[in-house]
Amino acid sequence: MKLLELKDVTKRYGSLYALDKVSLSIDKGEWIAIMGPSGSGKSTMMNIISCMDRPTEGQVIFNGRDITKDSRKKLTEFHRDKIGLVFQQFHLINYLNAVENVMVAQYYHSMPDEKEALEALERVGLKDRAKHLPSQLSGGEQQRVCIARALINSPELILADEPTGNLDEANENIVLDLFRQLHKEGTSLIVVTHDPEVGEVAERVVRLEHGKIISDKKNNQFSE
Amino acid sequence: MFFRMITGAFRRQWKKMLMIALTVALGASIATAMLNVMLDVGDKINEELKAYGSNITVVPNSQAVMSDLYAVEETETKDEFLKEETLGEFLTIFWANNITDFAPVLDTSVNVNGNDIQLIGTWFDHHFEFKKKGTVYQRDTGIINLRSWWDITDGKWMDEAKLSGDQYAMTGRKTADMLGVSAGDRITVKSSKGTEELEIVGIFESGDDEEDCIFTTLSVAQRLSGAEGKYKKAEVSAITSPDDELAVKAAKNPDLLSGDEYDLWYCTAYVSSICFQIQEAIPEASARAVRQIADSEGKILEKTELLMALITLMSLIGATLGISNLVTSSVMERSAELALMKAVGAKNGQITFLVLTEIVLTSILGAAAGYFMGYAFAQVIGQSVFSSAIEMSGMAAFLVMVLIIAVTLVGSIPAVRMILRLRPSEVLHGGH
Repeated sequence: MKLLELKDVTKRYGSLYALDKVSLSIDKGEWIAIMGPSGSGKSTMMNIISCMDRPTEGQVIFNGRDITKDSRKKLTEFHRDKIGLVFQQFHLINYLNAVENVMVAQYYHSMPDEKEALEALERVGLKDRAKHLPSQLSGGEQQRVCIARALINSPELILADEPTGNLDEANENIVLDLFRQLHKEGTSLIVVTHDPEVGEVAERVVRLEHGKIISDKKNNQFSE
Repeated sequence: MFFRMITGAFRRQWKKMLMIALTVALGASIATAMLNVMLDVGDKINEELKAYGSNITVVPNSQAVMSDLYAVEETETKDEFLKEETLGEFLTIFWANNITDFAPVLDTSVNVNGNDIQLIGTWFDHHFEFKKKGTVYQRDTGIINLRSWWDITDGKWMDEAKLSGDQYAMTGRKTADMLGVSAGDRITVKSSKGTEELEIVGIFESGDDEEDCIFTTLSVAQRLSGAEGKYKKAEVSAITSPDDELAVKAAKNPDLLSGDEYDLWYCTAYVSSICFQIQEAIPEASARAVRQIADSEGKILEKTELLMALITLMSLIGATLGISNLVTSSVMERSAELALMKAVGAKNGQITFLVLTEIVLTSILGAAAGYFMGYAFAQVIGQSVFSSAIEMSGMAAFLVMVLIIAVTLVGSIPAVRMILRLRPSEVLHGGH
């Protein structure tokens, strides 16, 4: 069943095409890695999928509904309810502790619930670090808080932008294990990366270059 | 959560918040000082102008009518008197406490050593008691406070309580030189009604026509003019509120006022309402404002208030620019944090509310500190300009708070525009 469809999506900045008639379909529960070199349009695609940017042309269809022309207010609500974001630089609020950072997403979604936020931290193995400030956490731990924050409102899609870009190998494995677990639980995942190891563990790999999809393949381990 | 975010922002950005608070405090302190001085300056100028003499004169009705008809100085008409006991009525009117000093005046021509001289009988430093309907009114009053500019060059001010009898006088320097007398000498004063021998207690320089006169006690002047128990004019110094439209309207004719206007006018210490009340108490007298004093007060007040208002405005504009700079740079520094909030679903209004709450709370703290700084500034101004304390007004505190919140909100407009334009896609992912 289709979760998301991009139909001939183009994003232009002046004469520069960041995305050029890109079409892509993603099923529910699918785990996709979007790969490509710098400037290939990965982040632009992520911004458009997450409703933080609008395409210049084309359609974005989520759960069968075209959201391209939705008002900014509707897009904010949609994005808040349906999508969880994971960033390369974590973007934790540095004066709030781990559990409060998770609760921020709850606060702007519905009602903050510390118990639920602690459960989300437990899910990423950080319940005992709940009262620590971001500055007291390692990079891997900060990224796990970021994942807990993305998960807290039970989104239909997790969008991760270079989630392991700032992590060492041990922490990268922890984060990838978390993604595996989420995938098993049926969460749809789109991971933007230029790290081949991250691409290898995804179900499907879409490669971008100069704003166009140059390949779209299923990984063997999932094909079998 | 909102509270945690606010306190967290205060903890994290305490230096920036402190700068904002200091900027606000500076603006608030100047605004507080200026507004308080503005609100109190009327009384202060009034007190200053008191040094220039009385601001109300009371004369017999008939004399006032002549004066009005022929536009002549009240002193040019003669032989109309008020009874001495009417002086007590000044202490019975509604605004009696605003009457700080008063003195009767009785003038007559006398001859001293072949020289015709104007003799003025009055109170110098006089203890006055008045009984009416079982109540005893008391006041120490006289021209000692109504002639503060007199320079006693020989002898001293006449203290009536310490002198036995009433045959004493103070003379102007010119008169003393003409007669060749100094303090402690005695002069013989003759009139058509009698002769008095007076001791010169003090000689003064006033720089006006009064230097040509001899001032003596009221009782001596009464005997020499044959007007026992009477006086010709009373000089009254009262603390008054500056005239406004209502006072001007009432001064023309109080009967034209509506009921509410009348009550307000009557219960405000306008010079016209005090005059009206004196006339109510002494029907045979006419009380008039000394226009030079009242007009000077109005003009000085108007200019001083304009100056204060301009300084307040400039300080608030300065504070607005300062706040604008600081809040904008604060939002720029926090762009990733604010973009993240947008990325997790915060609406523009929620983020704006959060930032404005932080800024307004900071401003309120700054304004409170500024109010106390302004209190100190106001006292410095009061002491250095008026040699007295400035009364702090609740109205000024309220105005400062409202102005500071308005200034903060206006100063935050550029920052709010920045929040509205902030795009998480650019801040969080670094564009395409």
